[in-house]
Amino acid sequence: MVVDTKVARFDSIALDSGATLAPVEIAYETYGSLSADCGNAILVTHAFTGDAHAAGISHETGKPGWWDNMIGPGKAFDTDRYFVICSNVLGGCQGTTGPGSNNPATGLPYALTFPVITIRDMVRLQRMLIDSLGIGRLLCVAGGSMGGMQALEWAVSYPDRVLSTIPIATTWRHSAQQIAFNEVGRQAIMADPDWSEGDYYDKKPPARGLSVARMVGHITYMSDESMREKFGRRLREKEKFGFDFGVDFEVESYLRYRGNQFVSRFDANSYLYITKAEDYFDLTNGTGTLMDAFRTVDTRFLVISFTSDWLYPSYQSQEIVRVLRRVNGDVAYCDLQSNYGHDAFLVDIAEQTEIVKGFLASTTRLAKAA
Amino acid sequence: MAAPVMTPVPNRITLAERPDFSVIGQIIQPGSRVLDLGCGEGELLAWLLENKKVMARGVEISAAQVRKAIARGVSAYQGDIDEGLADYPDKAFDYVILSQTLQETRSPLHVLQEMLRVGRRAIVSFPNFGHWSVRRAMLFTGQAPKTKLFPYDWYNSPNIHFLSINDFEDLCRSSGFPIEKRYFLSGSTRVTKMPNLLAQTAVFLLG
Repeated sequence: MVVDTKVARFDSIALDSGATLAPVEIAYETYGSLSADCGNAILVTHAFTGDAHAAGISHETGKPGWWDNMIGPGKAFDTDRYFVICSNVLGGCQGTTGPGSNNPATGLPYALTFPVITIRDMVRLQRMLIDSLGIGRLLCVAGGSMGGMQALEWAVSYPDRVLSTIPIATTWRHSAQQIAFNEVGRQAIMADPDWSEGDYYDKKPPARGLSVARMVGHITYMSDESMREKFGRRLREKEKFGFDFGVDFEVESYLRYRGNQFVSRFDANSYLYITKAEDYFDLTNGTGTLMDAFRTVDTRFLVISFTSDWLYPSYQSQEIVRVLRRVNGDVAYCDLQSNYGHDAFLVDIAEQTEIVKGFLASTTRLAKAA
Repeated sequence: MAAPVMTPVPNRITLAERPDFSVIGQIIQPGSRVLDLGCGEGELLAWLLENKKVMARGVEISAAQVRKAIARGVSAYQGDIDEGLADYPDKAFDYVILSQTLQETRSPLHVLQEMLRVGRRAIVSFPNFGHWSVRRAMLFTGQAPKTKLFPYDWYNSPNIHFLSINDFEDLCRSSGFPIEKRYFLSGSTRVTKMPNLLAQTAVFLLG
């Protein structure tokens, strides 16, 4: 399945900060076909550094999508049955308007003049895209990590536009530990002299800072066990310690490689803006309790967490489930056994597939019966 | 990557293997709100969804069984019934079901009280420890009874409380749980006389 990324353009979007962005573009891909009643549409929302290319082989790069193991014919999000949409988030750097986009007022990249955005702003732009595709109500919004935050926000912001949501390995608000890791990433970028207060688009980008930020991120996405299994204390292409500060261990080599690779595909300013949006995320939006937020929601939920995920620990998913029970919400929940840490939702997908399939099938049945 | 191998989930289920299920299936009114505690793989709830169009929720401690229940389309969540009921508001359900699980809970009395708080009615089924086969096994072997009804060795049994029909009636009386109906079964046959001796399974409708 070779796919092309498309771009939708809108005149403007009003943001939570009070600022307006005009115009705004959103990159998206679609897989499968929309049914005549438009009732089979699923929006897949990506995690922090993901993009619109969720499935199939990119026409442009030849690479598979980030959730290609979950989306496609016969897979969890079965494109023989469902019309799947994935878009790049607002503030991103892979086709949707972000700090690296040109500000039409100046003809230069926004850089730090880009307004601070929120998860709710990302979701608002997705809703504009869904409107423009002529879809009234989504069968499901599904995503992991920051994608899960967007799925939750959809249910709370637009309860009449979404029948079900699948928040995976996520939280209803960022914890101190999650904010702390994001802040380390931001500081690594801002401490790089090449960052130049964000004004580096015609110069050398802050590659060292961004790559360190990514290295920290990668550690939090894995688990002690998965790192032990993958690297242990194995040395990289040597028999003995080098007694210097070059690469000794396999894990060092891996992190450096991941960090360097990331620099070529991600904009440091987007890193700052998106982590800030995650840190600001609180599903109550400052209006009372989570119970108040969920009270008007009649969306079905399938909440999934992973036993070894210490970045978005299972207790955070369980908090969501408990509050949904308090308002008598329709919620299914499973803490899937995995050693892969936070990355599990991307790689350890057999059991995830089993429950997502069943959940989507039953949601479809309920929609047809209604 | 190839699509993972899927465990087939039966589309249609029967209640034949669990006689208490067919009694419970008869009790539940169509369209009602049902919570099944210890729902296992969601067989009963899936049947009720299809045949009684109920609003179904399930709780199950085993991740593997919750997965199967969700794959069947049942809104089940992984949790402990001893503590999990506290979150529900009063009378959130028409029926709260506890099938063959009372003897496995840590605090049966607390669970029963909570069932009647969150449900208008409670349906409780359990294997009868007063059945003659259990009495005989105990009498002749002098060991913890191991029977068709209680097939486990004492050290690996999930059952941590043993109760007979008379024990349960006593508890309902002393705790003020109103018994609306009783159903006694031997296999799938109704037992009408001397249930504490002859019934293998009891189903009580409380509320």
